[in-house]
Amino acid sequence: MSEPHGTWPIGPKPPLRRFHQARWDEPVIFELSQPGARGVLPPAVEPEIREVVGDPAAALPPSVRRERPPALPELPQLHVVRHYARLSQENLGVDLNVDVGQGTCTMKYSPKVNDQLARNPKVADAHPLQDPSTTQGILEIMWRLEQMLTAISGLDRVTLQPGAGSAAIYTNVSMIRAYHASRGEGAVRDQIITTIFSHPSNGACAKTAGYEVITLYPDADGYPDLDALRAAVSERTAALLITNPEDTGIFNPRIDEFVRVVHEAGGLCSYDQANANGILGITRAREAGFDLCHFNLHKTFSTPHACGGPAAGACGVTEELAPFLPTPTVERDADGTFFLDHDRPRSIGKIRPWYGVVPNIVRAYAWIMSLGAEGLREVAEIAVLNNNYLMRKVLEIRGVAAPYASGKRRIEQVRYSWEELARETGVGSEDLGLRAADFGTHYWTSHHPWVVPEPMTLEPTESYSKADLDEYAAILAHVAEEARTDPELVRTAPHASAVHRDDHEPLDDPERWAVTWRAYRRKAGLDG
Amino acid sequence: MGPARIGLVVNPIAGIGGRVGLKGSDGDEVVRRALELGAVPAAGARTVRALERLRSVEAPFDLLVAPGPMGEEAARAAGLDARVVGELAGTETTAADTRRIATAMVEGEGVDLLLFAGGDGTAADVLAAVGPSAPVLGIPAGVKIHSAAFAVSPEAAGVLAGAVARGEQIRFAEAEVLDLDEDAFRRGEIAPRLLGYLRVPQEPRLVQARKAPSPAGEAVMTQAIAADVVERMEPGRAYVLGPGSTVRAIAERLGVPKTLVGVDVVRDGRLVAADASEDAILAALGDGPASIVVTPIGGQGFVFGRGNQQIGPRVLRAVGRERVIVVATQWKLASLAGTPLRVDTGDPEVDAEVAGHVLVTTGYRDRAAYRIEA
Repeated sequence: MSEPHGTWPIGPKPPLRRFHQARWDEPVIFELSQPGARGVLPPAVEPEIREVVGDPAAALPPSVRRERPPALPELPQLHVVRHYARLSQENLGVDLNVDVGQGTCTMKYSPKVNDQLARNPKVADAHPLQDPSTTQGILEIMWRLEQMLTAISGLDRVTLQPGAGSAAIYTNVSMIRAYHASRGEGAVRDQIITTIFSHPSNGACAKTAGYEVITLYPDADGYPDLDALRAAVSERTAALLITNPEDTGIFNPRIDEFVRVVHEAGGLCSYDQANANGILGITRAREAGFDLCHFNLHKTFSTPHACGGPAAGACGVTEELAPFLPTPTVERDADGTFFLDHDRPRSIGKIRPWYGVVPNIVRAYAWIMSLGAEGLREVAEIAVLNNNYLMRKVLEIRGVAAPYASGKRRIEQVRYSWEELARETGVGSEDLGLRAADFGTHYWTSHHPWVVPEPMTLEPTESYSKADLDEYAAILAHVAEEARTDPELVRTAPHASAVHRDDHEPLDDPERWAVTWRAYRRKAGLDG
Repeated sequence: MGPARIGLVVNPIAGIGGRVGLKGSDGDEVVRRALELGAVPAAGARTVRALERLRSVEAPFDLLVAPGPMGEEAARAAGLDARVVGELAGTETTAADTRRIATAMVEGEGVDLLLFAGGDGTAADVLAAVGPSAPVLGIPAGVKIHSAAFAVSPEAAGVLAGAVARGEQIRFAEAEVLDLDEDAFRRGEIAPRLLGYLRVPQEPRLVQARKAPSPAGEAVMTQAIAADVVERMEPGRAYVLGPGSTVRAIAERLGVPKTLVGVDVVRDGRLVAADASEDAILAALGDGPASIVVTPIGGQGFVFGRGNQQIGPRVLRAVGRERVIVVATQWKLASLAGTPLRVDTGDPEVDAEVAGHVLVTTGYRDRAAYRIEA
């Protein structure tokens, strides 16, 4: 399809954006390597300097010295720049499209000014081993952010050490384990309960920590099943790990009863607040009775997700669990001096090096400061309004539904189902989401579990305008109609992207999955 | 490798009874009555709907069809070129035609997927002809569709066949073939029978794109379940093992043979009763401690009363609800799409006893609290 250019006067824009992605057939950077090539050739060190400094490598203890140079790709600088610039064009992201389709991820706008603060040399060039007297500003930001998050959660202490949401959940599980062990019940309480629409990280972290995991399925009305919980709790219950609202956008109206049932069985309750964007300033972990909670600073508090990290998690606990927090904690002396407290004998120890992902802590602090308490509540209100507006628009499309608790409003996201459309046309949700890429956006279906048939998870956040949401809904309506009139066009989409379809099978196959180039070469038998 | 080969066998009288209020189309008498009542065969039309989806695939493929009303006519109506395989034995089509031509498609022609249009009876014929390892898929066209070997709609069957034609990576799984006449079952005349398993491509939603690695594949999950159950087994306790591949993995881990569609009993790692009836199970249990290990029927959710009626009310009373171990992969639970597990043993008292929440074993030290409804 081509349209005339250079018309006068400028014609109207098409109702649907005609997007076309760049395609560069770009190899993996390791394949571009030319042995001996260098990006920067520093001048040779003058003999006088060499004489004074000696061999700089001699300062390294033998235990950290490499025997062989790392197998890094070798490229001229221009080739490196070109490689990544090309990859950046084969992409979509929050700066390019209406990014409401990555539900559960809270894809809100990260203000650029906060990036400037994080890049400030006072932050970016600081070293964690500096004497605390020289890092009082950063420690104060961490201390103040902790105070803010205690106010937002209602709990008593917060750690900013986890590098991601799952790391935060794992931190909470570790504290739960330490708590029961301290009471002599560590061996007995070997089960952790979660719900099927909680983030799967809850079950995964509990399992990784060695717990038996019980997952509750929804009741007949689509809500978390209180009777299932009653059937699951026992003297073996260590804790309930629960997300609320769940990934369906449904708020558990009996959340305090859930907490009570678990407490009566002697277990702890940990609140996964990854979906807190719709309840900021409205409900808190404290009032629901929770012992622990965690936030994803990279979701609710606007810091980047960083494509697999580091993001930033924050765990909150009651006074009773505070002794188990990771070490060190940031404390303030009576004279206002900030310091790091490493002397915490009951602590679970460290969960990652140093004290947290400082650039993201700075961004989250700046974001909260720019909004204030009333602003946070307004964020939640607009996020909920946007979501329910978009839900209304989406449900006008033939063939889509919002299963579970049907007819009820959602909080900040919705897990839709295209089951009816798929049955009528044979075109599934994954196809529709990929076809949306031909109009410059996309959506994400669902992660484990696949309980909702043909799922689509949308979370508009507060960042998008009514016009954005109207455009997004129009794309979905158009694509759904195409599934009826030209199903093969949708089945074979995207047609204008760098990569069309990829094979997911290796992701399920331990013999083939690989997260590094070296692992890939070994598993593919390329190294002989 | 040449173009993919898709085979097609249509049971043209499938579903004919339903339109005129008859249950199924098993038997010549029903078909005659249905035609007298003005029934128009719908199987052909439903097959055309599937083929129209297949036609739009932008990849070359060979379509092999049974003659006349058993496939050839539907292909023509859908505008597809097709090669006819086999011939009809007489003027009216029969189950023997289905079996003979299905065998020819799979064994003679080596099709990459055999589509069959019909209902449970047709699925049973296909199973008898091609066995559990040939790639097949049902186009739902019958009145009785209790078997899990059918796509959710004719269009969905066409799309899955198209994916095979395009050479896409598709996950295949065992799907139950049931012989169940609900009315006769209600009247207590016929018990439902699990006839076996067909190998069918799975709905694409079960192999979704992900932002995190998915749980392990079906085989790995099944082995994890087996590891969990075997680890929990107690010395001296008898374990009644129901039908199905999830339970079979437990027997494999114990190193004992397992009847795939029958019920076996093991104790202390040894087989004490194979392919046992309810009486034989009770005899094997004696007065000793016992547990039952069962997996629900995929897509339908029956834990008891469909395909495992040997584990009847008397066995359930003897063993007790607390000693029932339900095992299912997370994918099988997902296939229920939120509907409850079900129990229908024919004894309302036992059904009420079994109903309620159960901790389903879904993996190694992995449970799902799921409700069973009577």
